[in-house]
Amino acid sequence: MRLLRPLVTLAVLLATWQAVVWLAELPRFILPGPLAVAAALERNAGLLLMHAGTTLAEILIGLALGVLLGGASAILLAGVRTARRWLMLVLVVSQAIPVFALAPLLVLWLGYGMASKIAMTTLIIYFPVTTALFDGLRRTEPGWLDLARTMGASRAATLWHVRLPAALPAFASGVRVAAAVAPIGAVIGEWVGSSAGLGYLMLHANARMQVDLLFAALFVLGAFAVTLYSLTDALLRRALPWQPDSHAFDERD
Amino acid sequence: MHAFTPPGSAPASVSVTVSRARLTYGGAPLFEDLTLRLEAAEVTCLLGPSGVGKTTLLRLIAGLAEPEPPTTVTAGDGRPLTGRVAYMAQQDLLMPWLSVLDNVLLGARLRGERRSPDLIADARGLLARVGLEGRERDRPAALSGGQRQRVALARTLMEHRPVVLMDEPFSALDAITRLRLQELAAELLAGRTVLLVTHDPLEALRLGHRVHAMTGMPATIGPALEPPGLPPRAPDDPTVLALQGELLRRLAA
Repeated sequence: MRLLRPLVTLAVLLATWQAVVWLAELPRFILPGPLAVAAALERNAGLLLMHAGTTLAEILIGLALGVLLGGASAILLAGVRTARRWLMLVLVVSQAIPVFALAPLLVLWLGYGMASKIAMTTLIIYFPVTTALFDGLRRTEPGWLDLARTMGASRAATLWHVRLPAALPAFASGVRVAAAVAPIGAVIGEWVGSSAGLGYLMLHANARMQVDLLFAALFVLGAFAVTLYSLTDALLRRALPWQPDSHAFDERD
Repeated sequence: MHAFTPPGSAPASVSVTVSRARLTYGGAPLFEDLTLRLEAAEVTCLLGPSGVGKTTLLRLIAGLAEPEPPTTVTAGDGRPLTGRVAYMAQQDLLMPWLSVLDNVLLGARLRGERRSPDLIADARGLLARVGLEGRERDRPAALSGGQRQRVALARTLMEHRPVVLMDEPFSALDAITRLRLQELAAELLAGRTVLLVTHDPLEALRLGHRVHAMTGMPATIGPALEPPGLPPRAPDDPTVLALQGELLRRLAA
């Protein structure tokens, strides 16, 4: 039943979509039905695969860089008081700038290739990852810190052996969010200026009224996002077996 | 080089004196000119209602709270107490990501000491003495509340400190588990200078060589009640029961 339920939901949604297209007699270039999208998907499989490869590479490299940089920044902020005093403000103010507004600039600086998209993805991921881990590092159980102090632990040892492992579940939530938003970063980057990728393909399909191809690209992108999130989630659960199960409550009802 | 010490053996004992202790909270004095003496190699129990400042007094000795002048904490041998105190709290404070054995070895990990075979044998020996042989590789989540507090007791003893400070260590346990753990603690802590802060008059009378009631606003510490016989005393010992009445009267006064 647990496997069947999402399939039924999906089938009903697709049927409704097809019914709307038939009943409203919408032309194909406004809203193609699911069958037309499936046909476009099959017809353009090679093209989609090529562009999907570019976008996937941008997402994965951007995700890795964003998580690494965000994690390192949070540890620096939590571990070094001077860094916290001087950089916290910079970090918060930098978030007041909408990252999307930087996309044209990134293309100007880094070119039409993958570098500007990777930078965009990294930027969009950096802040949620940093704040998630930094918050986790600040919220260590006070009793553990007391215990570490009476045991004669140095600040660095406490950070490394107590605060960091204790913050990993919070860090994991940040990485989950990052996995969910990473595709957005890559596609925005591609929209602003590129010669390859699913975002590029969607923009061109839209301009040429190939709305079925646009939907097919969107479908591939959605499949990426869902797969990436599920994989990340499964990986983090396996890596942190001690953390309380965040899905416990919806499994019960 | 120091000689080989059998698991959980007590180091040379030392007395501790807190004198002229003063604590103000929000402008009002919680206590002033308070004196508490922990006799060497004896269990001193401090009993009193919540919010009277027992825990603060314990934290002062542990070096976890800054003493307010003119408070002084001195050891009987005149040397500083830093590094000679082990701390056990009401929560077990086990690290959920570490195995039971690694939790017992936490102090060594935090101080960056080498995990020598002797050290590991020592930790295993202590786990056996608290009745957890064979559970070394389990995670704390797999243990019951009583078993977790046993691990915490083993971790405290692993520190080989002459002074042991316990802040309501058994108050979260059910009655039977509590009685068993009290017996185990009395046996294993013999020879150390212990301060046991508790709400439970029976616990204080079973385990304490000397029992003080801390009451009032600002708080004062009453003269020591010295139950006859050696701890752990039986919970149905007539003198224990009689003194329990006396102690309750003092607490209510």
